[in-house]
Amino acid sequence: MPDNTATSTLDGIAHEPGVAKPDAVLVADSVVRRFGGLKAVDVEHAEFQRGAITALIGPNGAGKTTFFNLLTGFDQADSGSWTYDGKKLSGVPAHKVARRGVVRTFQLTKALSRLTVMENMKLGATGQSGESFLRALVPPLWKRQEKAIEARAEDLLERFKLDKKRDDFAGTLSGGQRKLLEMARALMVEPRIVMLDEPMAGVNPALTQSLLGHVKDLRAEGMTVLFVEHDMDVVRDISDWVIVMAQGRIIAEGTHEAIGRNQAVIDAYLGAHHDAPLTEAEERQQLEEADAQLAAEAQQEHAKP
Amino acid sequence: MDFGLIIRNALRAAFGDFAAVYALAAIGLNMHFGYTGLLNFGQAAFLALGAYGIGVTVTYLGLSLWVGIAVGIAAAVLFALLLGIPTLRLRADYLAIVTIAASEIVRFLVRSVTLSDYTGGSFGLSNFADQFYALNPLDGTQYGIGPIQYTGRQTWVLLVAWSLVALMTLLTYTLMHSPWGRVLKSIREDEDAARSLGKNVFVYKMQSLVLGGVIGALGGFMLAISIQSVQPDTYSTAITFFAYAILILGGTARVFGPVIGSMLFWSLLSLTDNVLRQAVNAGYIPPSILDGTQIGQVRLMLVGLGIMLLMIFRPQGIFGDREEIALDAR
Ligand SMILES: Nc1ncnc2c1ncn2[C@@H]1O[C@H](COP(=O)(O)OP(=O)(O)OP(=O)(O)O)[C@@H](O)[C@H]1O
Ligand SMILES: [Mg+2]
Repeated sequence: MPDNTATSTLDGIAHEPGVAKPDAVLVADSVVRRFGGLKAVDVEHAEFQRGAITALIGPNGAGKTTFFNLLTGFDQADSGSWTYDGKKLSGVPAHKVARRGVVRTFQLTKALSRLTVMENMKLGATGQSGESFLRALVPPLWKRQEKAIEARAEDLLERFKLDKKRDDFAGTLSGGQRKLLEMARALMVEPRIVMLDEPMAGVNPALTQSLLGHVKDLRAEGMTVLFVEHDMDVVRDISDWVIVMAQGRIIAEGTHEAIGRNQAVIDAYLGAHHDAPLTEAEERQQLEEADAQLAAEAQQEHAKP
Repeated sequence: MDFGLIIRNALRAAFGDFAAVYALAAIGLNMHFGYTGLLNFGQAAFLALGAYGIGVTVTYLGLSLWVGIAVGIAAAVLFALLLGIPTLRLRADYLAIVTIAASEIVRFLVRSVTLSDYTGGSFGLSNFADQFYALNPLDGTQYGIGPIQYTGRQTWVLLVAWSLVALMTLLTYTLMHSPWGRVLKSIREDEDAARSLGKNVFVYKMQSLVLGGVIGALGGFMLAISIQSVQPDTYSTAITFFAYAILILGGTARVFGPVIGSMLFWSLLSLTDNVLRQAVNAGYIPPSILDGTQIGQVRLMLVGLGIMLLMIFRPQGIFGDREEIALDAR
């Protein structure tokens, strides 16, 4: 059970798509992204509660990743706008979105292969004076900051069980370890909002548990967490709020208990073939319908010359 | 066969002016390709702009050589900006196409009849580096160690050229051990990841393109000064491809890769050239197979073959780390 005030503040909220939140940190309006004829994202209105963990779920191809890409400046929307903390965030280039404190990870992990794990981590720190060309030439100007960054990175690596891999090339990590590294690296930015695209995919169950603990810690530190996840156990465990997307639209919102009962969600996930419990009579009726259809098709085949 | 002479010439080539000039070109390319992942196929143009920068400033404008150097550097910076602004936001291959075309455009421009008043057309310009030689503190006639001897004039050129190589190597070392270099490498690995961590990828790519281009222009200065002339056809794409060969030979993204690569490349060229020449002269190779005029081409084939073998047996180059290279393939 989520053990935070965020749930209680979300308590009285209506369970309907696009519902207003008491303290929304991220607000999106009429966001549309088309790929050719396909409307990959078509979100009328969405609000994300500050300091809460919001899960974004939906079947494959629902547009979750595309929505993340748009919000973080990695893709351009055909129309629509969104704000962060009341200030316009749409149209802001990706690196500035990150500097403002909205940091995302990628579904297809982007470990920087030929950099060591530690270098990956240190890259995440913002405001590094040694990243300016001229100051880079004079190491005393940035060495001390580098030390502090390294200490912070070491802490995080330990938390994410990567401390033993510190000096290995990131390219030698396993898939799950890469996920961990990417998440830890994102935290180096010291974000206000983290957007995690399937952070637990490929991570072993024991570690998932401890990671879920870390994510809850982030919330305790006041961070807003937005994550895409297919594993409903994970969603149930940590999310304060769940937003469901299908075919680009938000089709449902609510606590995970409510979402589990929502017929639109079940349909979106399972389509016509879902194995929801059927009564015997219903089952017989479905079988008869199927038989009738097959017979009709067979007849049509015969009718052809 | 005179093996003493063959070895002597190979050693002279390893420390010669061409080795230093190409080392500079390759150090610039290492910045672009090795560290940032920018496929610049127009390095020759940066050398040309350096060389013509001093040539035109001194012979046409009648200004001093030092002004010429400032002009050459400014031209390289401008050229990098011109190439980078439209292409650095696009995929890597666009830069490759644009740079190779732009470098040929530069060569055709300086050899064009229209500009021949300034650039000397296809004949180029000469005798503009007297100010450089006037500074020569070496008045002796012979300098060198053991069998490798140079005239005082050559020694002066070599001293300055190799000092520049050392300086640029040190610069690369410093930068690549700094957070700035870390950002560059992250862009090479995955620029979206760098972006997601708040790095302004475009600005870093541009800085890399400008810096590597200016280092190339330094090579152009030394090439023009050492032979006291510029001709447009010196600056064909062959320079760029030699520089790539050198980079691969020495090992990309290695601080000393371009330097060792260049020394090795030029001594190998000298070695094959001398061995073939002597073998032909001594009649070991009959003229029906190879005559003296064909040696220049055949030696390039042999060096090319050598690089191919290196790629097969040591893909990381002389200095590279095999495991690191293998990571690329995943
Ligand atoms: N670059 C692209 N070009 C064309 N179509 C795209 C592109 N990116 C995404 N799409 C399409 O947009 C739709 C939404 O894709 P998206 O990746 O956002 O789904 P998702 O919800 O993240 O799915 P998953 O759970 O499988 O990761 C899909 O139908 C996909 O085919
Ligand atoms: Mg996705």
